[in-house]
Amino acid sequence: MFDTTTWLMLGEGLIDTLYMTLFSTAMAYLLGLPMGLLLVITEKDSILPLPAFNTALSVIINLMRSIPFLIFLVWVMPITRAIVGTTIGSTATVVPLVLAAAPFIARMVESSIKEVDPGVIEAAQSMGATRAQIVWKVLLPEAMPSLIVGATISVTTILGYSAMAGFVGGGGLGDIAIRFGYYRYDDEIMLITVIILVLVVQILQEIGMRIANTSDRRKN
Amino acid sequence: MEAQPIISIQHLSKTFYTKTSEVHALQDINLDILPGQIYGIIGMSGAGKSTLVRCMNFLEKPTGGTVLFDGVDLGAMNAQALNEARRSMGMIFQQFNLLMQRTALQNICFPLEIAGVKKEAAVARAKELLEIVDLADKANAYPSQLSGGQKQRIAIARALATSPKVLLCDEATSALDPKTTRSILTLLRDINRRLGITVIIITHEMSVIEEICTHVAIIADSKIAESGTVQDIFTHPQTAAAQRLVFHRAGNVEQSVGNNALRIVFNGNASSEPVIAGMVLEFKSPVNIMYADTRDIDGKAFGQMVLQMPEDAAIAEKMKYYLTTHGLTVEEVQYNV
Repeated sequence: MFDTTTWLMLGEGLIDTLYMTLFSTAMAYLLGLPMGLLLVITEKDSILPLPAFNTALSVIINLMRSIPFLIFLVWVMPITRAIVGTTIGSTATVVPLVLAAAPFIARMVESSIKEVDPGVIEAAQSMGATRAQIVWKVLLPEAMPSLIVGATISVTTILGYSAMAGFVGGGGLGDIAIRFGYYRYDDEIMLITVIILVLVVQILQEIGMRIANTSDRRKN
Repeated sequence: MEAQPIISIQHLSKTFYTKTSEVHALQDINLDILPGQIYGIIGMSGAGKSTLVRCMNFLEKPTGGTVLFDGVDLGAMNAQALNEARRSMGMIFQQFNLLMQRTALQNICFPLEIAGVKKEAAVARAKELLEIVDLADKANAYPSQLSGGQKQRIAIARALATSPKVLLCDEATSALDPKTTRSILTLLRDINRRLGITVIIITHEMSVIEEICTHVAIIADSKIAESGTVQDIFTHPQTAAAQRLVFHRAGNVEQSVGNNALRIVFNGNASSEPVIAGMVLEFKSPVNIMYADTRDIDGKAFGQMVLQMPEDAAIAEKMKYYLTTHGLTVEEVQYNV
């Protein structure tokens, strides 16, 4: 079907896509996890009530989430250039991916942490636990299965975003699909990149759900 | 000389403020709990009893008054001192509140981890506690694999891990069936006797108070209506709130018994002695048992009975005297409950 060069290109694209997706997810969690955690613990009746801060953070997250990713890609180019030195290629795509995914992840983390039974937090307080101990020993471990489900959803969403970055020369499979499949009307390449992307999503989803299930002690 | 109270509550009040109104959950509460007591706090739901127990370890900050734990004012403590004090007060809950992602053993280790105890020492202590609550075989089970009673036993073991002086129980048996309730109460009494831990029990069930408490405070409408030994309150309830609780099960019967009914309280009389049967034989006149709730504890009878007495006033009067001389507390039923 394809010559070796094409296969090599597709292989490279796959590696680029995986790199962008996984690296961006990791970086986005570095930002999004603390943001999600803060959203929960600064609520009125939680362990660190800061209502004004909570409202401000929530508004900022909503604002960032309401900007379409394609527009976001273009808008953050100056920031990308400042950090990476270029706006083209996989590494350059990581910057908008992280900035777009972090608020999304913050919301995912928020909903996971909120699943933790307030009674358990109260029990920890009755034992003299500090706020930090409640976060590290109660909130995060108890929410872990749900956090892993959230991470699975996030990683597949970011994979989709990374393909979109192909429109602005972002590298990876999306880039190949657009340059060869779309601009050159090469249906075969288009199809094969889509198939690879579908497979990657399936595999990531399956792995994530398995980890989440084995880590969940809430059911027998 | 009387011992110093382990928990002393003075003029405590707690008001919750909402945007539109304020709710007075507790008003001018005064309570002294002495070391070694099993102190019951009973009231209808919404009476403020859960708020009261949370004020004892400052999970709720009172809006007025003081709480002294072992003579020290909790309100004057900084965060660190308060956390230290909380380690001397274990707490168990209606919904157990175990960490679902930790095994039974890890749950018991949890308060020790928080207190900075080394892992080996914590595990050793947790194993010891599993023996006390009789669940050594469940060390590696997760809470989802345990029954309600087993979960509460693990929660009790966890609450005891830091060797507290006081164990606070917030409706600890309300989610359990009667048989399990009894076994948990027995465990609490054992803990009180063997380890000398003061136990404070919040409940809405009079049967829990009768079963194990030495002292009781009745809380109604955000205030303490009555407090004292369980024996005193049970035999001579003074206030309407106390009478309602003591007679809550007999209450419906009383409306149908007419005037010549007696309430008899068994308070540790020898259960082997058939007092009522003896009385019927002696006077050759039957009485109608309208209601009975008695139980045998260590060969002694506890509980109450409502009897409809014979029409003949003279015989009824003699019977009343007979019962009194046999050591029973007898009251004409005339409460408006």
